[in-house]
Amino acid sequence: MSDPILEMRGVSKSFFGIKALRTVDLTVYAGEIHALMGENGAGKSTLMKILSGAYKPDPGGEIRIEGRPVQIHGPLGGRAAGISIIYQELSLAPNLTVAENIYLGRELSRSGLLARGTMRAGVGPILERLGADFTPSTLVAHLSMGQRQLVEIARALHVRSKILIMDEPTTSLSAAESERLFALIRQLRAEGLAIIYISHRMDEVYALGDRVTVLRDGRLVGSLDKSDIRADTIVRMMVGRDVSSFYKKDHDPEAGKGHPVLAAIDMSDGQRVKGCSLTVHAGEVVGLAGLIGAGRTELAHLIIGAAPKISGRLELEGRPIEIRTPGEALETGIAYLTEDRKALGLFLDMSCLDNINLAVLGDDARLGWILDRDKARERADRAFTGLSIRAANPGVPAGGLSGGNQQKVLLSRLLAIAPKVLILDEPTRGVDVGAKSEIYSIIDNLAKSGTAILVISSDLPEIIGICDRVIVMRSGHIAGEVKRTETSPLNQEDIMALATGMEHLDA
Amino acid sequence: MPDDGASQAKAAPVTANGVAAAQETKRQRVRVLVRALGMLPVLLILCLGFHFLSEGRFFTGQNLGIVLQQAAVNTVLAAGMTFVILTGGIDLSVGSILAAAAMAGLTISKLPEFGLLWLPVAVLTGLGFGVINGALIALLRLPPFIVTLGSLTAVRGLARLLGADTTVFNPSIPYAFIGNGSLTLIPGVASIPWLSVIALLVIFGSWLVLRRTVLGVHIYAVGGNESAARLAGIKVWAVVIFVYGVSGLLAGLGGAMQAARLYAANGLQLGQSYELDAITAVILGGTSFVGGIGSIWGTLVGALIIAVLSNGLILVGVSDIWQYVIKGLVIIGAVALDRYRLQGSART
Repeated sequence: MSDPILEMRGVSKSFFGIKALRTVDLTVYAGEIHALMGENGAGKSTLMKILSGAYKPDPGGEIRIEGRPVQIHGPLGGRAAGISIIYQELSLAPNLTVAENIYLGRELSRSGLLARGTMRAGVGPILERLGADFTPSTLVAHLSMGQRQLVEIARALHVRSKILIMDEPTTSLSAAESERLFALIRQLRAEGLAIIYISHRMDEVYALGDRVTVLRDGRLVGSLDKSDIRADTIVRMMVGRDVSSFYKKDHDPEAGKGHPVLAAIDMSDGQRVKGCSLTVHAGEVVGLAGLIGAGRTELAHLIIGAAPKISGRLELEGRPIEIRTPGEALETGIAYLTEDRKALGLFLDMSCLDNINLAVLGDDARLGWILDRDKARERADRAFTGLSIRAANPGVPAGGLSGGNQQKVLLSRLLAIAPKVLILDEPTRGVDVGAKSEIYSIIDNLAKSGTAILVISSDLPEIIGICDRVIVMRSGHIAGEVKRTETSPLNQEDIMALATGMEHLDA
Repeated sequence: MPDDGASQAKAAPVTANGVAAAQETKRQRVRVLVRALGMLPVLLILCLGFHFLSEGRFFTGQNLGIVLQQAAVNTVLAAGMTFVILTGGIDLSVGSILAAAAMAGLTISKLPEFGLLWLPVAVLTGLGFGVINGALIALLRLPPFIVTLGSLTAVRGLARLLGADTTVFNPSIPYAFIGNGSLTLIPGVASIPWLSVIALLVIFGSWLVLRRTVLGVHIYAVGGNESAARLAGIKVWAVVIFVYGVSGLLAGLGGAMQAARLYAANGLQLGQSYELDAITAVILGGTSFVGGIGSIWGTLVGALIIAVLSNGLILVGVSDIWQYVIKGLVIIGAVALDRYRLQGSART
């Protein structure tokens, strides 16, 4: 092969002392599709953001394009270096036309007036080359997701990019649209572009990848050539790490044989969740694993009535129940810990005390109406000791606490209603190691006391460390279940295989 | 304060963490104090300044009575506005609702057999319009600015319609004392206008609801984070209808106060641009425009600042035209303060 078009040598990036990327090397050639794989949080996005100029790498590394060392500053720097990125969430202005979007920020003008005609004419040939079935003057709002992606690609070609980075481009595409996109990507490869293709999906990597590079925990694990690409090899490269001892699982491992507490049957929302069923027993911790976008959070939202369902029913302790709002879920004893505690969970300006008591204010109140401040204070004090929340006192605003303590405040609010079912969505995201292990032992103790617990997590060691069995979702379906047997414990390979859809490919 | 801080540090475990936590508490307490006191020092400086500039005519029993009376109606409107802004909303229609309520009240007061009912009718008229605002915002999910901008115009039209676009007089309106009488505290020495008594009762009632009831916490929660409130099981729609209902009801009460004071009402002129004074009072009082932060006491201070400004500028002899300019600059200064306050808060 010729000289590489892109060479990254020893590129690192840290955020507030945490290394997101450690001395990573990446070499990409013109006319190849280079797949980049890794678990959530492995450092793929950070690497791409460095290439696009959104992040500035730590000093020490080097980036060369066509052999010349470059410094990429800001989004325009990436473009100037010949790199274009197509993000998962497309960055088009829906209220503008296709031509206006392609020329956005570089509008042509003639004596101060927009030269719309020239811009439309400039876009035409590119759209034709891509086989687009819409015109330059179409409003982007009228285009499908697949067509919008085409506009993004057209924009990249229009600025003569040599390197095109695509971040999970098929996430919001239909199967037919994906096929057309693949054909187009192959065409671009034939035209000599280098394409970096980020994906979680094995089948796509098989279909497209000329080479695969795998990242894990911010480090480069290795690169494979097409002939060496094998599912089991890649999975081992993606997960292979030790489960440390700080997970806690002291509750009864036979709990799964107890009585079912929550049963969700055939839940669908018509978009992201397609006919999912699951059961959680008393005293059992069940993991819900899957890749980002597999529909795990959406399924949880359906269960607690935070999103409208088009089909499905729920049973609590064997009796059918109807839940239309999160309020009704709390009343029946189903509590949900959101994955986004700042946007959807906590009231950052309110005191910890109010945050903790919010769900039970009405039950505690005198005459159903007047706040009982003594009860509230007692409850907050109990939560502070019980969950060892570290803050000066319960009166301080929740926004001032560390991530782990915020999470414990939010958890206390849910525990105040003494839930029968607890759904935890990424319970340790953005939480430091110490608080993590505390949260694990809280979960373990709740299971001991008979609470049925469903844990959604993208952190596989965590799922394996604290759960009794693991349900895996893929593309809105339940892909399967991983159980512990006498001979083998839960293992990451089985879960990843189900999550990426590889069990078919190996069979 | 320093003693307090020292005992805090002693009570906490003697570690660097404990001391840091105590310092953090102290800093937060100062922040809370600054936010709560907020504009109170400004109010006092204004009073002293005007007293000095007017050569001692500000702090007289008679003048203070006038200030309190002038502040009364705006205080009542601003109390309702505080509820609305705490949820992150806005109510532009209070001036029009005030006019419509006053017109409805005066019309009823002239009926011989139902005359005494004029007061509840005025208040309920306000409540009705407020609930309609709230329902449109909560159930149809329309933006509060648009809905209340619409009712600002529509209700103004209804107010004119009620009096056939004339001024309605009733020199013998029942309960006229609430508009012009005073409550004697110490006979011959101290009395307080009934209008001000009502305003203070409204402030106290608002404080009770906001700080001592479940609903109050829910109002702050909706303003602080609406999505989180919904997930926490709060009936956001009910809270929204409630706050606009309160704002309407208090605008109706304000209308009744004006009617009793003037023995008359005019659908076109009464309450024009009162919503701006009410909003100014709330923002001056430290309530955040995005919702979730603020107190009713701040609103009282804000309303008093506006009344003191008007009164003081007249005492000092500033022309009517310049009064507009100065008040306008105060509004902008208030919003700048709001920005500054938010920077120092826990919101990230």
